Amino acid sequence: MNDMTLMEKTVDTQKIKIAAKDVNVYYGDSHAIKDVNVEIEDKTVTAFIGPSGCGKSTFLRCLNRMNDTIDICKVKGDILLDGEDIYDKRVDPVQLRAKVGMVFQKPNPFPKSIYDNVAYGPRIHGLAKNKAELDEIVEKSLRRGAIWDEVKDRLDAPGTGLSGGQQQRLCIARAVATEPEVLLMDEPCSALDPIATAQVEELIDELRSRYSVVIVTHSMQQAARVSQKTAFFHLGNLVEFGLTGQIFTNPEDPRTESYITGRIG
Amino acid sequence: MTDLSQNTASEPRKHGGSLLEQTPRTKKRNAAEKRFRAYGIAAIAAGLVMLIILVTTIVGKGTGAFQQTFITLQVELLEAKLDKKGERNIEDIKKVTTFGYAPIIKGAVAAAVEELGIETSLKPKNLAGILSKDAAAQLREYVLANPDQIGQTVEFRFLASSRVDGYMKGRVHRESIGKDKNISPEQLDLVDALAAAGVLEKTFNLDFILGADASDARPEAAGMGVSMLGSLFMMFVVLALALPIGVAASIYLEEFAPQNWLTDMIEVNISNLAAVPSIVFGILGLAVFINYMHLPTSAPLVGGLVLTLMTLPTIIISTRASLKSVPPSIRDAALGVGASKMQAVFHHVLPLAAPGILTGTIIGLAQALGETAPLLLIGMVGFIASNAPETLADGLLAPNSAMPAQIYEWAKRADPAFYERAWGGIIILLIFLVTMNTLAVILRRRFERRW
Ligand SMILES: Nc1ncnc2c1ncn2[C@@H]1O[C@H](COP(=O)(O)OP(=O)(O)O)[C@@H](O)[C@H]1O
Ligand SMILES: [Mg+2]
Repeated sequence: MNDMTLMEKTVDTQKIKIAAKDVNVYYGDSHAIKDVNVEIEDKTVTAFIGPSGCGKSTFLRCLNRMNDTIDICKVKGDILLDGEDIYDKRVDPVQLRAKVGMVFQKPNPFPKSIYDNVAYGPRIHGLAKNKAELDEIVEKSLRRGAIWDEVKDRLDAPGTGLSGGQQQRLCIARAVATEPEVLLMDEPCSALDPIATAQVEELIDELRSRYSVVIVTHSMQQAARVSQKTAFFHLGNLVEFGLTGQIFTNPEDPRTESYITGRIG
Repeated sequence: MTDLSQNTASEPRKHGGSLLEQTPRTKKRNAAEKRFRAYGIAAIAAGLVMLIILVTTIVGKGTGAFQQTFITLQVELLEAKLDKKGERNIEDIKKVTTFGYAPIIKGAVAAAVEELGIETSLKPKNLAGILSKDAAAQLREYVLANPDQIGQTVEFRFLASSRVDGYMKGRVHRESIGKDKNISPEQLDLVDALAAAGVLEKTFNLDFILGADASDARPEAAGMGVSMLGSLFMMFVVLALALPIGVAASIYLEEFAPQNWLTDMIEVNISNLAAVPSIVFGILGLAVFINYMHLPTSAPLVGGLVLTLMTLPTIIISTRASLKSVPPSIRDAALGVGASKMQAVFHHVLPLAAPGILTGTIIGLAQALGETAPLLLIGMVGFIASNAPETLADGLLAPNSAMPAQIYEWAKRADPAFYERAWGGIIILLIFLVTMNTLAVILRRRFERRW
C-alpha cells in the first residue's frame, strides 16, 4: 500500500463527464445516500470503495438510472452527464443506458451464443446496417473485451459455457458493443479467481483510453491498482474523494484512514 | 434445572463412551427414523395398490367396448325395392327410408341361415332381430354412397344387436334373459351356430372411437368420436383465449405492475379463483353466455368459454411462477445494454420462461379436458345425436357433447351395454390426459435450466 509509484501515477486533468450534485437516495424510509457531490472525469478510472452496505452500488446504479427498476427507490438531486440532467423528465432511461453501459457483479451473459450476446445491444439500437457491419462490431467489441482470441472459433457456442473470467470479459464486450461513453462496473471481479481478476483489471486499464470507467470494489488493492481517482463511501456519505495515490497514502479524513488500514470494513 | 447449571459450571459433558456402542439417545433417534421410513413406504405402497386397482378395473371393464360383434352377410340390393325407376337418381334412392331396407336385410339373414343349413324355428322377422336396429340405416348409408351397387349382391358387415354382443362378451347369459323381449333362447342358438360357421365374429370396432353417440335402443352403434371433436373444439377455444390472456396478465402483473394494495388484491383473488369449484363457472357461463349474450346452448364455444374462465387462474399462476424463476440478473443484463423493459421481457425473460408456461398450459388444458360439472349447466350433457361437424363454425356452434360428458351420459343410461362403453370412454379420455401430462413432464425435464 505504501508503493511509491502510486504517487507518481500520471493523471492528466480530463473534462468532467458526470457531475453529481446533492444526491440523496431513499429506499422507502431508509436514507441510503446522503448529500453526495462528486465529479467523474472522462477517460479516467474512478473507484468507489467503502464497507459493505455503505451505498456504493446504490450510487453507481443512479448513474444509469438502474434504480428506476426498484419501485421503492427515490433519487433526489441532480446528476449531469455532459451537462445534461439524466433525471430530467424528458430523458428516456433506455437511451441513457445505451450511453452509460453497465457490468454487474456476477457475470450474467444471456443464455445465447457468444455472438448474440455481443450483437444484442447493437441490434436493438440499430447500430449495424447489415450482417457484415454487425460482424465487425462483434469482433471489435470482443477485441476490446480482450476475449476475441479465446472465442473467435466458437462464436456460436453458448456464452454461459465460458469460464467465469471469460464470461465477465464477454459481459464487458457486450457493454462496449453499444458504444457507450461511460462504463459502470459493480464489483466486476468479486466472483472471479485471481488470474481472471488480473486479466479483467488489465482490461479495465485499457478501457480507460476510450471510456470513463467507474468501478465499485471492496478490494482496496484493486482500487489502488486500476484507478486514478478514488471515492470513499461510509454509511451513505461520500467521506473523501481525490487522487487514488493521495487517498491511499495520505488520507485527510480519519474514517478513510481507519478503513484503509483495516480498522473498519 | 439444577443439574444443568451444575453441568455447565463443572466440566462439559462428554459424548458417551465408546463409539462402537450406541447411546440410548442414538438408538431412539435411529428407531424413529426407521419408523418414519416404514410409514413412507407403507404410504407409497397404498398409493400404488390404489393405482393398480384403478388401472385394472378400468382396463378390465373398458376394453370390451373396443370390440364389437359383427355379422357378415351377402346382401342382394334388389333394384325393385331400392330404385324402382332404375335411373340411379340419388334423389329417388333417398326417398326409400330405412323401412324399405328391412325386408332386404331379413332376406339376407334368412338366406345365410338356409345356406349354412342351420335349423331354427324362428321367423325371418325374429331372425333379423339378432342384428342391430341400426343395420338398416347402415345399409342405407352404404347404398347412398355407392348407388352403382344396386342390383348387385354385396358382402356386408352388420352390427349385431347389443344383446348378441353381450352374449358374445359373457355379459348376457341364457339364464338371465327370461323376461328380455330383445332376445330369445332360439336366437342365441342361432348366434352360436353363426359363430361356429364364422359368419358372426367379435372384432375390433373403430366406430367406437370415431363414431357418434346413438339412442338408448342402439348401444352397439354408439361411439366417442363426435364428443371427442366437441372436446377438441373446446380445447381450441381454451387455448386460443386462455393462453394469450393468461400470459399477458401474468407478464403485466409480474414485470410491469407496481407493488401496491391493488395488485396484492388481484393476486389473492386469482389464487381464490383457482380454488372455485368448477360448477360455479358453469352457472356463471349459463347466466352470462347463454342467458345474457344468447349464445347457443350445448355449443362447444360456450363450453370453451366456461373452461377458459376455469383454466385462466391455473395458467396465470404457473406463468407467474416461471417468470419469477428467471433470475433478475438476466433482466439487469438486458436493461444494462439499453433494452426497454418490454424488450427485456420479450427477448430474454419470456423465451426462458416459455417451457414453464407451456407446461402450465398443458396441465390447465388437461384439467379442462376432464371437466364435466360446468358442462352440465350449459347443456352439453345428454343425448346429443349429431354428426361430425363439417366446418369450423359448425364445430364451435352446433350442439355437441364432450368426452367426460359423454361418459357421464352413458353411465347414466339403463342398458348395461352403455355401462361398458362408459368404461371404454374412460380409457380414451385417460389416454388423452396421460399423453398430455407426459408431454408436460417431458417439456419440463428437457428445458429445465440451472442457473
Ligand atoms: N433494493 C433495495 N431495497 C431496499 N434497500 C436496499 C436495496 N438495495 C440496497 N438497499 C440498502 O441500501 C444500502 C446500501 O446498499 P448498497 O448500495 O447495495 O451497498 P454496497 O454496494 O456499498 O454494499 C444498504 O443499507 C442496503 O440495505
Ligand atoms: Mg454492492
